[in-house]
Amino acid sequence: MTQDSSTDQDLRRSEPSALSASESSHGLLEKRNYIRDVTNSKISLRDLSFYYGKFKALHDISMEIPDRKVTAFIGPSGCGKSTLLRVFNRMYDLYPGQRAEGDLILDGRNILGPGVDLNMLRARVGMVFQKPTPFPMSIYDNVAFGVRLYEKLRKSDLDDRIQWALQRAALWDEVKDKLKQSGGALSGGQQQRLCIARGIAVKPEVLLLDEPTSALDPISTSRIEELIYELKDDFTIAIVTHNMQQAARVSDYTAFMYLGELMEYDRTDVIFTNPDRKETEDYVTGRFG
Amino acid sequence: MTRYQRRKVLNAFNLTASIAVTLFGLVMLGWILTILFTKGFEHINWAVFTENTPPPGESGGLMNAIVGTLMLTVIAVLIGTPIGIMAGTYLAEYGGKSRFASAVRFINDILLSAPSIVVGVFVYTLLVSPVNHFSGWAGSVALAILVVPVIVRTTEDMLKLVPRQIREAAAALGAPRWKVTVHVVYKAALSGMMTGMILATARIMGETAPLLFTALNNNFWSTDMNRPIANMPVVIYQYALSPYSDWQDLAWAAALLITVSVLVMNIFARYGLKSGNQQKP
Repeated sequence: MTQDSSTDQDLRRSEPSALSASESSHGLLEKRNYIRDVTNSKISLRDLSFYYGKFKALHDISMEIPDRKVTAFIGPSGCGKSTLLRVFNRMYDLYPGQRAEGDLILDGRNILGPGVDLNMLRARVGMVFQKPTPFPMSIYDNVAFGVRLYEKLRKSDLDDRIQWALQRAALWDEVKDKLKQSGGALSGGQQQRLCIARGIAVKPEVLLLDEPTSALDPISTSRIEELIYELKDDFTIAIVTHNMQQAARVSDYTAFMYLGELMEYDRTDVIFTNPDRKETEDYVTGRFG
Repeated sequence: MTRYQRRKVLNAFNLTASIAVTLFGLVMLGWILTILFTKGFEHINWAVFTENTPPPGESGGLMNAIVGTLMLTVIAVLIGTPIGIMAGTYLAEYGGKSRFASAVRFINDILLSAPSIVVGVFVYTLLVSPVNHFSGWAGSVALAILVVPVIVRTTEDMLKLVPRQIREAAAALGAPRWKVTVHVVYKAALSGMMTGMILATARIMGETAPLLFTALNNNFWSTDMNRPIANMPVVIYQYALSPYSDWQDLAWAAALLITVSVLVMNIFARYGLKSGNQQKP
């Protein structure tokens, strides 16, 4: 608890500290003051750039993502929010021609460096996508799929884990009698909660949510938002959203991105009530974007 | 005439022409089926399934040919499907736009449209000529060569239909690539791949030319794949050209049986497998 409050203090506008002293030579960073000294930082970005072939989609992003908090990424379409999220679990590695430069440090280790086991990384950094993506198998097998990859559990333990994940995803009561049915037969909102259950069943440390509610109706959306709020006790959550009210509701910290740059990053209430930059204010008040 | 009127006339003309051509094709198909069913049905009886092909002038059936065709076809599909699925998987999941993959795709397209008689001659020089006798194995290999390109194509097409997001979702859980393919992508594409397999089976069931050079025919009961083996297409070919009316009658019966099996397989592939593929959007 004390650590949390000190974090909030440290996150407030302050001079870049010893942690980022080496970057202060960039000047730019110091001026915009993007780097926060977060004592419980889970992920640190250092001058992260991203390229789709020759096109530079992210420009020298540096920030700290705190442990077991919800960090929201907002900004107009094409600003690079989703691209940034896909660097966290190196999803981009599936496609030739996409590459990242700079450092992305997860628990002290640069995951963009050589010798990183991508599958192990992705087991630690889960992801839920914009469109629900149930696998063409039963509800049970959908959730068990990831667990079976890295853990050899007894049947009863696996059953318990699946129940736990479905309960955490607020789906258990709706599907407990039809675990053998196809995951594709659920409604859109249920499918998305199934995907969240699948993501947390492997007990990742970080959960990336890429516009998880944009394809859902308001009721499903509010259920998932409640879920995010509860999940942050156990997981570090990064969420990309187009919905600013959603960012305001669920997140502790908010990053505003524009044209591949991190414009402003601060506590969510600061971003929404008293942002530093004109662009941020214009965006969150709906004047553009 | 205004531009609008001209367009209306052109539209009417094209519509009429395309309907006429469609009707022409359908009438031809209907005609073939009508003759086949009227001529074939009267010669279908119990003996067709329980007796072997007879000498001229005696009564008999098609049992050896039916069993022979089933064996040739099943073995050909068993040989051809794994090769086709692996090659199709390579093209869809790994090859991408690489030069090698493009070459494989191109060669596969050629193979897909290669005249089957060429395949027959090829297998003849490879498996028949060196051992100096025809054999069921040679027949199955020839048919397998016809199966492979069909399976390669359908497998590639079906795997490519599986949304990128499903692959990403599986990879995002930390699944290695081969597991993503085998446990998730194959499952999503299963019904389409099954359809391809059934269509390939239907295609080779009626093939005559490759079998003339390989399995040939056998007037006696035999399930020995090392020797010539009876089969329906060659029986039809030989009996239909023969001067004996009872042989011609058997050829009609065989033609009907083959057509009906192919028809049933096509209908099953089209409607029977659909249900497995349905997912809510």
